Amino acid sequence: MKLAYWMYSGPAHIGTLRIASSFKNVHAIMHAPLGDDYFNVMRSMLERDRNFTPVTASIVDRHVLARGSQEKVINNITRKDKEESPDLLILTPTCTSSILQEDLNNFVQRASMETESDVILADVNHYRVNELQASDRTLEQIVSFYLNKAKKLKTLDLQKTTKPSVNIIGLLSLGFHHQHDLVDLKRLFNDLDIEINQIIPENASVKELNLLPKAWFNFVPYREAGLLTAKRLYDEFDMPYVDITPMGLLNIKATIQRIQSILSDCNCVRNYDNYINLQTKYVSQAAWFSRSIDCQNLTGKTAIVFGDATHAAAMTKILVKEMGIDVLWAGTYCLNDEQWFQQQVKDLCSKIIITDDHNLVGDMIAKTEPNAIFGTQMERHIGKRLNIPCGVISSPVHIQNFPLSYKPFLGYEGTNQIADLIYNSFTLGMEDHLLDLFGGHDTTESLTSTLSADNLIKWSPEALKELGKIPGFVRGKVKRNTEKFAASKEYDLISLEIMYEAKEKVNS
Amino acid sequence: MQTSTQNNPTFECETGNYHTFCPISCVSWLYQKIEDSFFLVIGTKTCGYFLQNAMGVMIFAEPRYAMAELEEGDISAQLNDYEELKRLCLQIKKDRQPGVIFWIGTCTTEIIKMDLEGIAPKLEADIQLPIIVARANGLDYAFTQGEDTVLAAMAHRCPDTNSKHFPQDNKKSTAIDNGIIIFGSLPEPEVKQLSYELSKQNINIKGWLPSQRYSELPIIAPGDYVIGVNPFLSRTATTLMRRKKARLISAPFPIGPDGTKEWIAKICNVLDIIPEGLDEREADIWQNLEEYISLIRGKSVFFMGDNLLEISLARFLIRCGMIVYEIGIPYMDKRYQGAEIELLRKTCDQRQVKMPKIVEKPDNYNQLDRIRDLQPDLVITGMAHANPLEARGINTKWSVEFTFAQIHGFTNSKDILELITRPLRRNNGLKAISDNIYTRPTSVN
Repeated sequence: MKLAYWMYSGPAHIGTLRIASSFKNVHAIMHAPLGDDYFNVMRSMLERDRNFTPVTASIVDRHVLARGSQEKVINNITRKDKEESPDLLILTPTCTSSILQEDLNNFVQRASMETESDVILADVNHYRVNELQASDRTLEQIVSFYLNKAKKLKTLDLQKTTKPSVNIIGLLSLGFHHQHDLVDLKRLFNDLDIEINQIIPENASVKELNLLPKAWFNFVPYREAGLLTAKRLYDEFDMPYVDITPMGLLNIKATIQRIQSILSDCNCVRNYDNYINLQTKYVSQAAWFSRSIDCQNLTGKTAIVFGDATHAAAMTKILVKEMGIDVLWAGTYCLNDEQWFQQQVKDLCSKIIITDDHNLVGDMIAKTEPNAIFGTQMERHIGKRLNIPCGVISSPVHIQNFPLSYKPFLGYEGTNQIADLIYNSFTLGMEDHLLDLFGGHDTTESLTSTLSADNLIKWSPEALKELGKIPGFVRGKVKRNTEKFAASKEYDLISLEIMYEAKEKVNS
Repeated sequence: MQTSTQNNPTFECETGNYHTFCPISCVSWLYQKIEDSFFLVIGTKTCGYFLQNAMGVMIFAEPRYAMAELEEGDISAQLNDYEELKRLCLQIKKDRQPGVIFWIGTCTTEIIKMDLEGIAPKLEADIQLPIIVARANGLDYAFTQGEDTVLAAMAHRCPDTNSKHFPQDNKKSTAIDNGIIIFGSLPEPEVKQLSYELSKQNINIKGWLPSQRYSELPIIAPGDYVIGVNPFLSRTATTLMRRKKARLISAPFPIGPDGTKEWIAKICNVLDIIPEGLDEREADIWQNLEEYISLIRGKSVFFMGDNLLEISLARFLIRCGMIVYEIGIPYMDKRYQGAEIELLRKTCDQRQVKMPKIVEKPDNYNQLDRIRDLQPDLVITGMAHANPLEARGINTKWSVEFTFAQIHGFTNSKDILELITRPLRRNNGLKAISDNIYTRPTSVN
């Protein structure tokens, strides 16, 4: 047993559901107790999805405990098949089904005899893998399933496209700024004159997965999901893949150069040097921005970085090599990718933290006192407590990390966004310091007296205490309304009862 | 009226494929209510993930709750449950110094049959800290029923003699006994407001379960009158009656002015008190609600059902002149909610409307079908369906807000209508930009 208050990555089934709900016309059925379908709330709230999340539960209740699921799972699968006619149904195990040890595979086989849809069982174990690993695994599983199916039906298309082309692998629902990143990636490949063959799983159709081998190479923008799939396509079809994250100018350059070399291996000679220079100079403002005198103030400023492996590594590189900021330490909660992370940041900072314990991260931040934090929502709150500004660069996230406006982290536009994020974090920190130095904002005492109705009316101690419990942002309004009400009734002391009466009668 | 004979409630039961919160969510409001408590949820990452996301910003405020996250060794019984729990509880005791630790059992502890009730008394003696076990799991319960399991477990701990407060020989204590004990966790302002209403009728509140601190649990003696404030507290009611030999006052719940009046009137009735000014008070509140009621009169509403407040809310809204198409509800205790159902029936008679269908353990998929056919003016539903319905031109109110908002008593009646009318007021305001975009299609997919 482990005492835990917060976790950086979710349980395995969330990863599977993120893959399933990213594809078009794929439905997931969770073998889970009532209330485990919280994923639907997250999809609907965080992504503001206009469609019903294609996830239902085959409920595990007392009867299931007593007698086993029997026909229940199969009925739920066949029912969903009829109702929604999806291309694929994924039976998703949860922590509960992990211990029940029912033969879900058997259910899948039996159900698939009756369904039009394909049915598979997500091959993830709750106690062995987390959300990110499960998403990686499920994506590979689905791709393999359809490639094997295509092989059997002889519909596998191995003919390469005439023009250079790419598959972008690993864009998921509920991914950190994935939707915005995708727009910039599309632009990047368009600029490089490379066709996009398939984007998976986001909005992809499983029916077209047999076309994956047509692409010249694969591109995996995030390490957390897609690498397994890319490796499998490499092993089976000899498709090369790029697994550099084009986040920050240096990484983008490395990405493009790698693409260039892959193309040249395929006898397609391209030279992107000029493109890189032009983009770095004019489209991305980040290089110029770092050079501009304003940013001299950032010299010697300290920061710490924490997040998933992809974003934390790229961010560390940007801070150190592109902004000249001193990164005291960098860390990730992707324990399974420790080696890669170590190797990425070992020359950039003096200390590397690999942990999924937010207390440890908090302690480290308190101890090292950086000028700014770049981390997840958790680090943002640690920062709030310690009065250190924080830019959020990685999941886990809040609804505010699903902005409406275009905010990519990848590609050349991404560099501009990141530069703003870094700059704003530090200047806000400076402002705070200056405010401290000069005695803070205007003191509010003189303001409140003029905003209040008048001071003739007194408050009883109980009423005043009650008023204190009302959240700050409406307290002033409640106070004024109550005083106005009391004045109109010619009360001169506001008691609890009068407060309630005012609430009942004043239309706010 | 001749309709009254036809207006018997109809109950249906569907498949139970509906969306609701896991009952462990009750820790989020109970840890705030019981100030010296610490809630330890013994479960998996799945439970933790739910709480972390459902509680939103609360999670960053160093809540007095934590997960005892079960690992593979716990599941396969390679680790000793007692030793593991002891280790964690000692750490909690050291770090937080709570007055009581609640263990919340989950689906996993049920399935692996972890004997929490057996371990707790031993550990309690060992570490000198009360430990209360509540099995608030998704195998058996929905959302607010979590609180019910916790309060039922707490009821066992209420002292049953008043010997420590009153000298034994003082027979006068029976006179003071002429009061009630209220059960159900409400925010402090609501506790104050309801207490104020009762004090106006000279009703003595002997205690409240839960109290603000564990150490202030009310004394419940055999024969004491108890009354619930929320419709989802049936286990607590049963425990109080069977184990503490208390007498349950069955009344509608104090939600809406009608419910509040009936609730108080029923208490008065039982205690032989003639209520004073109660009808005037109710009429007064109704009058002040007119502005809101004019917005919803004649409009239709559909409860998908997820928190057990549905019957009381539907009853209040019918009284406000709304048409209720369906009352979905996770679980229907016809005995505990008997008086509430009776008031619903009476309200329907009064308004001369048909009694709505009550659907227990609803099937959300079928409900969406019915919503498509009925095109109600408002659907009260969970967040999983709210945005997709809005995108299809159907107004929704997120049901969980009713659990967290203050909705009890006369004073807060307005807040219920504030919530109910919010989507209507807002969407009216947006007519110019979105009316022709988010229309109601004939087929909803």
